[in-house]
Amino acid sequence: MMKFNPKLSQKLSYLVLFLASTLAIMPVIVIIFIIVKNGMSVISWEFLVSMPKNGMREGGILPAIIGTFVIVMCTIMLTLPTGVCAAVYLNEYARDNTLTRAIKLGIVNLAGVPSVVYGLFGFGIFVMFLKLGVSIISGVLTLSIMELPVIVTTSRNALNSVPYSFREASWALGVGRWQTIRHIVLPNALPGIMTGAVLSIARISGETAPILFTAAAFYAPHLPHSIFDQVMTLPYHLYIISTQIPNMPNNIIFGTALVLLFMILTISFVAIFVRVYFRKHEKW
Amino acid sequence: MLLNYVDFGKLMSKIEVKSFDLYYTNFHALKDININIVDRRITTIIGPSGCGKSTLLRSINRINDITEGVHTSGEINIYGKNIYDNKINVDILRRNVGMVFQRPNPFPISIYENVAFGLRVNRISSNRSIISETVERSLKAVLLWDNIKDKLHKSALTLTLEEQQRLCIARVIAVAPHIILLDEPCSSLDPVAIQKIEELIIQLKDRYTIIIVTHNMQQAARVSDDTAFMLFGKLIEFDKTEKIFTNPSKKETEDYVSGRFW
Repeated sequence: MMKFNPKLSQKLSYLVLFLASTLAIMPVIVIIFIIVKNGMSVISWEFLVSMPKNGMREGGILPAIIGTFVIVMCTIMLTLPTGVCAAVYLNEYARDNTLTRAIKLGIVNLAGVPSVVYGLFGFGIFVMFLKLGVSIISGVLTLSIMELPVIVTTSRNALNSVPYSFREASWALGVGRWQTIRHIVLPNALPGIMTGAVLSIARISGETAPILFTAAAFYAPHLPHSIFDQVMTLPYHLYIISTQIPNMPNNIIFGTALVLLFMILTISFVAIFVRVYFRKHEKW
Repeated sequence: MLLNYVDFGKLMSKIEVKSFDLYYTNFHALKDININIVDRRITTIIGPSGCGKSTLLRSINRINDITEGVHTSGEINIYGKNIYDNKINVDILRRNVGMVFQRPNPFPISIYENVAFGLRVNRISSNRSIISETVERSLKAVLLWDNIKDKLHKSALTLTLEEQQRLCIARVIAVAPHIILLDEPCSSLDPVAIQKIEELIIQLKDRYTIIIVTHNMQQAARVSDDTAFMLFGKLIEFDKTEKIFTNPSKKETEDYVSGRFW
């Protein structure tokens, strides 16, 4: 076998590692570049706040923005409290037995189920069986079921990262278990929980499959009046205008993609900011 | 009958451990412990690692309860009340039997809030001036007040380890316990800090019944009135410290204190 001299192999491995990391980031840069280049021209205040016109070939994307916003907010308001409570139970109270181990394993695995499966499940349960129809509520419930395991997992990690010695110190002062969780564990786990929540928001905003059969409308002539209405959402709208509508102007497609991308990037930056901000303040 | 906070406090003084056994799942950690600890004295528990001395200490405020797989038999009576009785409110017990841990573990909040924490969360008092007085009194009791009275609202984590350990003792004192348990309180401190903490412990003897677990025999000899020697989960000997270190009645004790053991 050929032997490299150490210096050469040093340089070679550096080069390989460097190229690999460039390769990882290149597609992202290219995508952003293409989307910005083709979509920028259509972005205007008009585009963001008006209804689509002429079979969606003109006008704005207001209903899709509103729809995404409503669905994401409702979903996170439902999943975050439930998920954090479940995580507190599993992490702080549940005894380590076969049942809780099965639950924990189940949660980890549920987080890996493909989103289209959740979409079909939501269609079966909420749209058909519970007769909620294709509506915001069906979409929100479907997305909640999908996101709950993720929230539980990230929250449990956050709770786990609070040193056990804080809990012991609190118990030793005669502070009860719940008060210890409320005053010591949760405040210190909050940064981690918040980061998880913000990343979940980013994920939910981009999901198409779970709302495809449960909430999304091809075209809605007006904004939703109640949670039993269908809505347009950005990812689904993007899918429709890219594939289903003939003679669709390209810049509207890219403009819509740009808005979605910008929304998700902003949310992710908020997550990074939250993490950095809190990390500066934690010192154990 | 559930004793309320004040009653419990007045009565508590003496600790009687009666044929007490403790198991971690299948491991028999404490074997038939019998010991009487006298009011307002400093008692140390010594013994090699794994002999059960910390476990015994942690049984006295029932903080072992939380550890999974722990079960016990026998009694620990604190002034005649069996603390393993079902009717005992464990939180109130722990307010009366404070505990200081091996590594200083202040909460990552301000110095002031650390000391006030027990009062606030336990709703012992919500009166600001009472809380402030208690914080001041507790910090004075651990001789920390003069150094930090100007930075009470800084994070407790800015203090040195020795100061942090003093703060942890102050935090315990603030909820007005009658017994203070210290689990190797000096093991993460430097020699100068150890000496200062020992002086503090001796000063606190007037007001509290103190039990210290230590692996440092010199420390036991320096600070304590009584010493218990444990080995393999059994209490081998319990006597005046002077007698344990000069003229122990058991062969094992003599071997251990003279360093011929392990």
